[in-house]
Amino acid sequence: MDYFAQQLINGIVLGSIYGLIAIGYTMVYGIVGMINFAHGDIFMIGGFIALISFLILVSIGLTVVPVILLIVLLVSMAITALYGWTVERIAYRPLRHSFRLAPMLSAIGMSFVLTNYSQIAQGARVKPVPPIITGGYTLFDRDGFVVRLSNVQIIVVITTIVLLAIFTWLVARTRLGRDMRACEQDQTMAALLGVDVDRTISMTFVIGAALAAVAGMMYLLYYGLVDFFMGFVAGIKAFTAAVLGGIGSLPGAMLGGLLIGLIETLWSAYFSVEYKDVAAFSILIIVLIFLPTGLLGRPEVEKV
Amino acid sequence: MTAPVPKPTLASRAPDVAFIFKKALISALVALVLFSLMIGIRTEAGPAGQLIYLTRFGDLAAIVAAVFGGSIIVELLRRWWGPVGTIRIVPPSVQSTLAVLRRAIAPVLLIFTLLVPVIFYDQRYILDLGILVLTYVMLGWGLNVVVGLAGLLDLGYVAFYAVGAYSYALLATNFGLSFWVCLPLAGILAAFWGVLLGFPVLRLRGDYLAIVTLAFGEIIRLVIINWQSLTGGPNGVSGIPRPSFFGIPLTPGDDGLAAKLGIEFSPTHRIVFLFYLILALALLTNWVTIRLRRLPIGRAWEALREDEVACRALGINTTTTKLTAFATGAMFGGFAGAFFATRQGFISPESFTFQESALVLAIVVLGGMGSQLGVALAALTMIGGFELFRGLEQYRMLVFGLAMVLLMIWRPRGLIGHRAPTVFLKHSQAISSDLVKEGHG
Amino acid sequence: MSGKNILTVDRLLMRFGGIVAVNDLSFDAERGKITALIGPNGAGKTTVFNCITGFYKPTSGAMRVMHDDGRDIQLERLNDFRISKLAKVARTFQNIRLFPGMTALENLMVAQHNALMRASGLTFLGLIGAPSWRSAEKRAIDLARLWLDRIGLLDRADDAAGNLPYGDQRRLEIARAMCTEPALLCLDEPAAGLNARESASLSELLLSIRAEQGTSILLIEHDMSVVMEISDHVVVMDYGVKIAEGTPDHIRDDPKVIAAYLGVEDNEVAAVEQELGL
Repeated sequence: MDYFAQQLINGIVLGSIYGLIAIGYTMVYGIVGMINFAHGDIFMIGGFIALISFLILVSIGLTVVPVILLIVLLVSMAITALYGWTVERIAYRPLRHSFRLAPMLSAIGMSFVLTNYSQIAQGARVKPVPPIITGGYTLFDRDGFVVRLSNVQIIVVITTIVLLAIFTWLVARTRLGRDMRACEQDQTMAALLGVDVDRTISMTFVIGAALAAVAGMMYLLYYGLVDFFMGFVAGIKAFTAAVLGGIGSLPGAMLGGLLIGLIETLWSAYFSVEYKDVAAFSILIIVLIFLPTGLLGRPEVEKV
Repeated sequence: MTAPVPKPTLASRAPDVAFIFKKALISALVALVLFSLMIGIRTEAGPAGQLIYLTRFGDLAAIVAAVFGGSIIVELLRRWWGPVGTIRIVPPSVQSTLAVLRRAIAPVLLIFTLLVPVIFYDQRYILDLGILVLTYVMLGWGLNVVVGLAGLLDLGYVAFYAVGAYSYALLATNFGLSFWVCLPLAGILAAFWGVLLGFPVLRLRGDYLAIVTLAFGEIIRLVIINWQSLTGGPNGVSGIPRPSFFGIPLTPGDDGLAAKLGIEFSPTHRIVFLFYLILALALLTNWVTIRLRRLPIGRAWEALREDEVACRALGINTTTTKLTAFATGAMFGGFAGAFFATRQGFISPESFTFQESALVLAIVVLGGMGSQLGVALAALTMIGGFELFRGLEQYRMLVFGLAMVLLMIWRPRGLIGHRAPTVFLKHSQAISSDLVKEGHG
Repeated sequence: MSGKNILTVDRLLMRFGGIVAVNDLSFDAERGKITALIGPNGAGKTTVFNCITGFYKPTSGAMRVMHDDGRDIQLERLNDFRISKLAKVARTFQNIRLFPGMTALENLMVAQHNALMRASGLTFLGLIGAPSWRSAEKRAIDLARLWLDRIGLLDRADDAAGNLPYGDQRRLEIARAMCTEPALLCLDEPAAGLNARESASLSELLLSIRAEQGTSILLIEHDMSVVMEISDHVVVMDYGVKIAEGTPDHIRDDPKVIAAYLGVEDNEVAAVEQELGL
């Protein structure tokens, strides 16, 4: 039972990270109808930026941990958001009115570019960092099995909740959010009504990238390493989360992320670690076959 | 006398210069921010195993300068060349010459290919390259049935390649079956797998189908890696027997083909044989595809790509139509996989990554959906281009990715811009690819 | 025993979430006759079509097709493509759905897919070029040629369908539907976007189809000149229910119909009718 509780905690933390990435997928799919294949790699870039920022800050003598965390958070969000913006400008915007396959192939190409770029820029080896945040709380200690809630885990979950609250408010209450929802429904009409569609779409990518950067930083804090290939698998899992939750739905993405995180953690704990990715991919297939609109999505009727 | 018309002065072009300069400056600034940490700083493992970093500001400055300069060049090119998709009027004399050339390309290319082992007999490198190109041509033609003809977005084609390769490898090493027995078996197994995979997912639309097939491809790869008892896991399967010339081995001994023909043995014989083998397989794929296009099933595939709803209204069972496209493409992938296994003598899961699927898909799209010649040319271009990166392998994926992005912006319809109708009353008129739909899965 | 009717729609109900698009609709379409389904926009006409042709699954109700040979087919049980294949119900679409990247001839060949598949022995006979396949293909091309001639597109047979002018595309879509040799032809606004001359030639085409092929026709149409000229029977819908049915003359004078379309005072009806040429 305690083992299960620990897995539950771990799963929620992992799920929060997936959820942050999934939000980017779901927002982009909602507004431009494309799967941003490069989004997982944006997450990876965010992790790298966080890593390098940490290194620099620590080496120039900064020791106050909360300050470091805040600076790294802002820096990686800002720079990664710029990556997201650039990718959209270069690879997607010119293809917005092209046929379906073009943005997808462009996204795949961009994904290769980002992966390879990291590999060249920082080397192919996995980059480990010593734990920056240590300590935690022992929740239960019975029969020799300790259930711990580490500080890192608390930070990840709280950061996720705060960001989720901010962006939910953003989408529901601000002008930008309204513009985004308008573009989701009917781009042409939104443009005719004075919405700057280009800018709105760019902002969607920027927000998605910023959240992915946070996820990257959280991943770094939690697992203590980044590597140039982590975007690929994480990306597919996060997309699975977005689909599971219902594509186009922000709370759905988070819900899906939590579920995927839990399923992956519990599967590794109780069945087999080697096949955990297979489990995640299989879920994607099962969800798309049996529940294509996801848990919180709206069913679409095909207009003939 | 009327006043002379003033010539355009440098001043009247000045706004252009200022605009270009501003744009380049912004691009350079963006590049500076983007690359500041990733390129300006290099993380390394320090002497005690911890992470240290080095600065590379020189590299950073160079790249930012390159972006600045490149941005100027791109803007100038854009002004000179016109926006993407500008229609250029080609004079009729040039047009007719081009038409003649176009008709000649396919036969000329075929004859050249047939003669490659003769021309380059001693250059093992060229023969190997030729075999590689032909393998991808065959894969491209196979995927072309699924993506180009039927319009189904398959991002997991490598799975069928893997099934074919591992089928042959395991059947040959465990049961000693010859290549010629295993080849059809590999195709059947791959096709069977295609039906199995296709059945639940083929009603998904476009992007979703793409990512599901991607997931399937990855699942296959992970299963191969982890099911060590069956597939040998990451170590792969080795000792795969080489093909024989219809039963006669290509070895130096007295029972070898060389001895039987009375000529001196050379290891090049096997390479030449492999070359013609893959050429034959590729041409088979091509012939079957061309025939099928003229038959109701092929026409149904293309109709599916054009408008699935209309197909249903005409009484066409779209599910089985999609399945046959999927299975046929899978079968050819399986054949190619079996060939791959026998050519290498050793296979491992590393050869069957998503990057392979993406590469074959890029070949099909670059070739112009549905065009056999286009796919062949695209395979030649891409694989040939890859070969140029020998020694710069690090940058290969980067350039490939950039190439994909640029190609989609510049020529999303591929090299061959038209589709040839499969039946005509009076004369066959090529249909511009602007009219041809790309399919929604 | 084949009766007077080719199609019977019985208490059809179609609900989308909270919206009832078609509410308890019942009507019959007579064999060998042209039945028109008219009504203001949003009345649910295309929804009815989509139910009949299997693109929507009705919430409840029955639709029956009765063939010449006495076979009765319940449409609500069939999947979409089977309705064309087994029930021999063909349709065209409000927004033309041709295969734009294929030639006019190829479009008509695709329509004969099922017959050709059988003849090609599920492709295998075709692959080896068997003579039985060759003659079947020739027959198919001849049928296509016939229809192309009938709609006046014989000299454009090898042109891409997407390149044809709008009016020709509409007629090609009808010809394509006829190449499936249907018992019931459902046309969704075939005259949409056609000028007076094109509408007249469309009416002529549909009348000739009724006369020569004996195909029953069910059509949705807004163009009253076409409806009045060719329909044998008219069913009027509004807000998902049938508000009137009868001969064209009968419904022309029906006040409910007029109110549904025009919503004017009775004393202004005559003036408006004259304006519309009714």
